Order: sequence, then C-alpha cells, then structure tokens
Amino acid sequence: MVNTVNLVKIYQSGGVPVPAVRGVDLRVEAGEFVAIMGPSGSGKSTLVHMLGGLDARTSGEIWLDGRRADTLGESAWALLRRQKIGFVFQFFNLIANMTVADNVELPALLAGASPREARERREHLLGALGLTGRADAAPAQLAGGEQQRVALARALANKPSLLLADEPTGNLDSRNTRDVLKLLTDVHRDGQTIILVTHDARVASLADRVVSLLDGQIVDDGAVGTFRRRPKGTAGDVVELRG
Amino acid sequence: MRPFLLALLAKEPAHGYELKQALEQIFGSAYPSPNIGQIYVTLGRLEKDGLVRAVDVEQSNRPNKKVYYLTAAGRDALDAWAEEPAEGPRVRDEFFMKLVLAPMTGIADRMTLINRQRRHYIALMRDLNELSERTDPADRVALLLIEGAMLHLQADLDWLDRCQEDLS
Repeated sequence: MVNTVNLVKIYQSGGVPVPAVRGVDLRVEAGEFVAIMGPSGSGKSTLVHMLGGLDARTSGEIWLDGRRADTLGESAWALLRRQKIGFVFQFFNLIANMTVADNVELPALLAGASPREARERREHLLGALGLTGRADAAPAQLAGGEQQRVALARALANKPSLLLADEPTGNLDSRNTRDVLKLLTDVHRDGQTIILVTHDARVASLADRVVSLLDGQIVDDGAVGTFRRRPKGTAGDVVELRG
Repeated sequence: MRPFLLALLAKEPAHGYELKQALEQIFGSAYPSPNIGQIYVTLGRLEKDGLVRAVDVEQSNRPNKKVYYLTAAGRDALDAWAEEPAEGPRVRDEFFMKLVLAPMTGIADRMTLINRQRRHYIALMRDLNELSERTDPADRVALLLIEGAMLHLQADLDWLDRCQEDLS
C-alpha cells in the first residue's frame, strides 16, 4: 500500500540545512494500522506530510499502491488525495465560511459521491464522534476538541483507502478520545489503511505496529504485543493492595 | 488496608464479614476484594495497637461474633490519615536503575532497553483499553481508576522519549 525508500527531507533555515527525515524505509501493507511515535522534532509530522504529498521530499522514493508518487505534481497529488487519501491535520484546516456539515460532505462530493450518499456518510461520522448537534455551526464556533473531531470526520468522508493523521487526539479530553478510538477501530476493521502520528499511547495501542522515530530515523519498528496478566481482570488489578 | 477498615468502623461498628462486604459494595470492581483472613489479621493488629476494640455479641444457636468499634486513638489515626496528602507515585523506578546500570556491564545498550520498555508499555496500554471497554460504564469508580492508570502509563512513555533524546 505505502512504501518509502531512503526518504529524506531537509529544510533550509536561513541558508542552513536542517535535516528532518534522514533516510526512512517504511513499508505499510494494505489494511495495516501503523502508529508513528517519537519525541517532538523527530520528523514524525514531516514524514506523514510527505506521504500525503503535502510536503515535497528532498530525495528518496514514495510508492502508493505500486505507483511512484514522489514525482507527481501538485495537481496529480490533489487528485490522488481526493480519490484515496484522508488527511487529519494537527491544526484542523477547516474551511471557515462553511458549516461543519458542509466541511465534512465536501470531500465526499469532490470524490464523486451523490449528495445523498455524502449526507448519510456525514450524519454517520458526526454521530459517531458526538457532533450531531454541531452540524450547522461554523468552525469558529467550535471548541478545539470539536474542530479536531470534525477534521477527522472530514478525512473519513470519502472512505479513503489510506487515512493519514497527525496527532488526531491532541486536543481531546478522555471521553472524546474514547469516541475517536472507537471510530478508528471501526475504520481499521473495515480494512482501511491507517498511518498516524501520535504521542497518545491509547491511540498507539490500537495499532498493529508502532514505528519509533528519533532524529529523523526509525529506531524501532514492531508489532504491538499483548500483555496478558489477567484474562478476567477487573479494575481492581490496576492497584496494589497495601496491607 | 488499615485506614480503610478504620474509616468503615468510623461509620458504624461491624464484624469482619460486614467489613469485607462493605469494601466490595463501595468499590465494586475498582478494588481487589480482600480475603476474610486478611481482614481478621488486620483487625487483630489494629486491636493490639489500641485503635479498635472488640465486643462479643451473643447470637442464638451460633457462636458469638466479635463486633469491632473505633477507639478515640483509632479516630485520631483516621483523622491523621485523611489529612495527610497521599504518597506520590513511584519515586524510584526499576527501569531507570536498569537503564543506568546495564550499559556499564555491557549486557545491553540503552536504545534496546528503551525500545523494549516502550513496547511493553504500549502492550500494557492495550490491556488497559480492553479492560476499560469491558468495564460497566455505570461503574464510575472503576473507570476513574483505569483512567488514572492510563495517565500514569502515558507519563512513563513520555519520560522514555526524554531518556531516548538525552541519552542517544
């Protein structure tokens, strides 16, 4: 589904080259859910931006569905995103003069869905994220956590085969995080590929695989294990009884 | 368990089995149910320290039962417990000791230790997620306890990132 070969990104800052991603080989199979973790400044956001064509690579290759993607121009990338990629930005990027409902329906309509399909999809997504009552609001009327969930709904509106997300729970309290976790689980079960950047271990623990970045390089890459201390445990097991 | 029993006895005198039932009823699945032997041993120690006293209550066609009540010293101990801030979470971390000591012996490098520990924490988090999903949503106490455990685990993970940044 997604494959990168020696992917490199170097920013120029006042004439000084600043390497953000330094030779990443990442292979993600169709239907796989991969979480990318690492300290801030480790290149996580830059990596997913490149995978979505939102940031141009300096060198290396990006392959999507067996097609070379890093050599595509802006408009070809835009088409690719419309057809198969959903992107959740860290800072939402909602369209300010459109309602929440229109923000979410737009990508589905652009991808060729009928107005009815787009509406049904929007109602389902906003419902799953506890936002049904906010459909007619403008983005500016929403709290940060609400905007973030709208951004996720929008990214999923055209049922993308690849969901890319940058800290999709960064602004959420634990109750709203639970809704997002549930939706991501459903999306994963439906077979959509997910690559997301997160520092939230609850999100990462849903993934099939966790990739850790440090200084622009992969330092660990492995399946999320299961920890079974208590097959029928209860909350009482998370504390130790002190006598 | 001493302060919990003192608190329950401050409400009303009770015998051992009633205390076990009260703990189960109040905390539900949020707290491991103590066994009755543990409760009697603790009551015995509290009695020896003068914090509770027992009276024998006669029962028709059964052996007498011991009903425990709080003494003035027990009340003072309970007040002191309630007023004192609870001990913070771990101050000494076994993993940190490993991280510092293992490279000195050459048996493991720090990056490997940190990566392995991170995988373990994420697996623990997955377990807590599943635990939270199968907990009755009405059991607020249990859910808050699980959420507390998750927040601690998240802090441990953030701190692993810091270790990796600084020690690499």
